[in-house]
Amino acid sequence: MFRTLPPEVVWTLVGVLAALAVASLAAAALRALQPKTDHSELTARIRTWWVIVVLFGGAVLLGRGASLAFFAFVSFLALKEYLSLIPTRRADRRVLFWAYLAIPVQYALIGYENYGVFIVFIPVYLFLALPIRALLIGETEGYINAVATLQWGLMTTVFTLSHAAYLLVFEPFATPRVAPDWPSEASAAAPGAGLLLLLVLLTQANDVAQYLWGKSIGRAKVAPSVSPGKTWGGLVGGVATTIALAGLIGPRLTLLDPPRALLAGAIIGVGGFFGDLSISALKRDLGVKDSGSTLPGHGGVLDRVDSLSYAAPLFFHFVYFLY
Amino acid sequence: MNSHFLRALFFLLIVRPVVLVVIGLNLRRRELLPSDGPALVVANHNSHLDALVLMSLFPIRKLRRVRPVAAADFYMVGGWKEWFALQIIGILPLKRDVRRRGPVEPGGPRRRRADPLAGIVESLDRSEIVILFPEGTRGEPEEPTKLKPGVAHLVKRRPNVPVTPVFMHGLGKALPAGEALLVPFFCDVYIGEPFRWGGDRAAFIDDLSGRMQSLAEELGRPAWR
Repeated sequence: MFRTLPPEVVWTLVGVLAALAVASLAAAALRALQPKTDHSELTARIRTWWVIVVLFGGAVLLGRGASLAFFAFVSFLALKEYLSLIPTRRADRRVLFWAYLAIPVQYALIGYENYGVFIVFIPVYLFLALPIRALLIGETEGYINAVATLQWGLMTTVFTLSHAAYLLVFEPFATPRVAPDWPSEASAAAPGAGLLLLLVLLTQANDVAQYLWGKSIGRAKVAPSVSPGKTWGGLVGGVATTIALAGLIGPRLTLLDPPRALLAGAIIGVGGFFGDLSISALKRDLGVKDSGSTLPGHGGVLDRVDSLSYAAPLFFHFVYFLY
Repeated sequence: MNSHFLRALFFLLIVRPVVLVVIGLNLRRRELLPSDGPALVVANHNSHLDALVLMSLFPIRKLRRVRPVAAADFYMVGGWKEWFALQIIGILPLKRDVRRRGPVEPGGPRRRRADPLAGIVESLDRSEIVILFPEGTRGEPEEPTKLKPGVAHLVKRRPNVPVTPVFMHGLGKALPAGEALLVPFFCDVYIGEPFRWGGDRAAFIDDLSGRMQSLAEELGRPAWR
């Protein structure tokens, strides 16, 4: 497994661990300098980052099967969080059970590299099949709400996130629109891990950059009724940072050449922003602050993968179109 | 192998992984759970899983001293079900139908009323942690029902025992009464401040109901219909 992994993927993972170590040291310094202020939220947040990075990095190092299992589990937690938050109908318990079964099927389709079925299974087949299961139960009161919210949840937590996992098995076409610019010989044999790592790294870095820029220069709010913390300054500064990071890492880690890497950074930056906003609107509608408590310092799993739910399919189709 | 060992194994290998992975807990104020008996933990009742989830919150080595009260008419039916309930879960069986006895012969000897709470009182006297569901039955899932007076009779007899109220939501969706298919839902467990007997049965029930109500409002989940 380790042999087939391109060296730049391993080095990027090492770089992420180093960055996290710096963050931990900075937080320790902050605690020493301001002993009276409460830093428990920041400390918990960084500790959870360690767990996420070790699990994700470990899955990538172990190979395709482990990575698919990792993403399937993330989808499961996110869907469970969503279905526990929204008002569901008692009559639909069995419908929800079938919705959960979609997760292993969707990720198995990735394992079989069956792109044709992967791309239509949830938006076409489950879109048609889950309402049938509900119809057979026969409860019509609240029917539209029930089938619509379930489909939206499956799209957001399973379909979109599975695009990140599909990067793992991605191979360029024989005659791509753009010639791949391989960073190393090993990467031509296994292009997926680098693409996945770039997507996840840029999406999470974008979250942090948007937050930091918003705190320092932002004033005018983008969507004050949805998320009062999101400012134009934060959006522009965050996207610019993500583009710069993409230009720096993208060509060294993946088949993207410098101009396409910059474009990918813009797509992930803007997409991630709106993914974050979309889940904020969901939480505001339901009157909750966090989607859950699975990740101390972050909230729930949905709070962590919100940006990825937009960035993953957009980045995937960008790569799929070009190569 | 004794039953305490089997119980530890059952919780370690089956209950805890299922609770953590398939269900998932949203737990508030775990530190308010009693660490030693005698103590009473009272919770609302939606599912068979209620007792298992509450027990899973205690350290494995304390499990032998944690006893959920369960209906005798449901579990004490012989066979593997009774063995499992008594030996693996360690239930305290409670006879729910003590008031419904046959007619007493006129002039004959008055039949002595069996003391239904004796087993629970003895357990508290052994310094055990007793889990009780004062709603009596699981009833309609995720719908709080009126508390039965039994809990007040019990606490009156051991007024120094601290009572910890717990409000749970979600397990009634995951596995409601009459269903065998487990559907994953997060389970909210909100634990309240322990309190004690105040000297009056009706006031105690009101107090307990109020505490459960405020935990439910703190959680603020919509009704499930």
